[in-house]
Amino acid sequence: MHISEGVLSGPVLAGGWALAAVGTTLGLKRLDYDRLMTVAILSAAFFVGSLIHVPIGPVSAHLILNGLLGAILGLAAFPAICVALLLQAVLFQYGGLVVLGVNTFDMAFPAVACSLIFGPWLRSTGTMRTVGAFCCGFFAVLLAALLTAGALALSGEAFMTTATAIFLAHLPIMAVEGVITAMAVGFLAKVRPELLAIRLAG
Amino acid sequence: MIDDQLATGTSPIHGLDARCRLAACLLLSVVAALAQNQQTALVILAAGLLLTALSGASFGAVLRRAAAINVFILFLWLFVPLSTPGVPLWQGFGLTISRQGVSLAWLVTLKANAVFFCVLSLLATIPAPALGRAMTALGVPAKFSFLFVFTYRYLHVIAEEYDRLVTAARLRGFVPATDGRTYRTYAALVAMVLVRSYDRSQRVYQAMLLRGFTGLFPCLNRFRAGRRDMLFLLAAGAVAGLAAFLEVRARSGNV
Repeated sequence: MHISEGVLSGPVLAGGWALAAVGTTLGLKRLDYDRLMTVAILSAAFFVGSLIHVPIGPVSAHLILNGLLGAILGLAAFPAICVALLLQAVLFQYGGLVVLGVNTFDMAFPAVACSLIFGPWLRSTGTMRTVGAFCCGFFAVLLAALLTAGALALSGEAFMTTATAIFLAHLPIMAVEGVITAMAVGFLAKVRPELLAIRLAG
Repeated sequence: MIDDQLATGTSPIHGLDARCRLAACLLLSVVAALAQNQQTALVILAAGLLLTALSGASFGAVLRRAAAINVFILFLWLFVPLSTPGVPLWQGFGLTISRQGVSLAWLVTLKANAVFFCVLSLLATIPAPALGRAMTALGVPAKFSFLFVFTYRYLHVIAEEYDRLVTAARLRGFVPATDGRTYRTYAALVAMVLVRSYDRSQRVYQAMLLRGFTGLFPCLNRFRAGRRDMLFLLAAGAVAGLAAFLEVRARSGNV
């Protein structure tokens, strides 16, 4: 979910940068050099994961996976997402340097918030874990869509309809993300439970 | 899956100091992003086009990337002309296209493409390790640059890992559809990529410790900004200044 460069107003861009900088600084502070490598490679894994296109009826959407990322990385999701978005700008020119702050906050804040709220469920067992993981995936995308739409709506009345359209388009994606996150967490709990318990930062 | 052919080359742009390119890109992008009138955006767009031509990027690659970013802009064109209040330009089917809406959508298109060409010519031409060092040199925390450089370093490795898993799934007759089986398969793919990445990160870190890693990379290839780099930075500053001047003049004229 990207807002491209040139759409948002100055105050929204500045606000996005300020919030993203606070989150990223906090996330980096909690990370020492022996965990940086793990965060970097997991961030690469999520970058690759976000290139996966999943069919939803006649169309397909790419995975976002910010809920799963938040659940595993905690506060480190901020620097991880910022780096991944910067790489998208460098490699594909999606978004630019100015809108990077808003895009980082829109995706990373929901990731961290969901890991704080649903994390304890996700780390329990049985149905509780499945429900927690689904909520992580579902609400992380819901909140990200709301924040993206909010950033657009705050930039001018003219973008109100676009903001609503973006939010509605993400409704099916939320459900798919929830289901895939729940299944992926189930898989991880069976194959490599310690990955769910590491909580790299906070 | 991921190509970065732009990062290598022998063009005049590739020869510039990475720090100067990053700073110039930032400067031009900020002016373009804050622009509210078309002249400002056009100045930056012209600068971006000139830089892209100088960078020697292949026409096909530029066109493909430009098409990808303009999809979102096209999406805006669907809504913005209809939802902006103002002087009607066309009415029908209960819808009104306003003059202000069209000019706003046009402005956004110019701005987005202006920044696109600046990022393509100035940022995408810097190899990732040099970009990491340039960011640190311009005041970005060292940990962030480390994260950036290593995420990039393992991007291709993890992408290959993912491709292998997809090939394995396809060999077993996997065809994506909208059903539980597809989602379960993708979830397992994602989870497996994570597991392998995690294991790899442990191995890589141990190997680095073994080689005496302390958090610092000694680097032989030092930045050196010469007169050419300074001239380039001055020129970029002048273009940004001109654009900013046009912007201020237009805004004070409107009030």
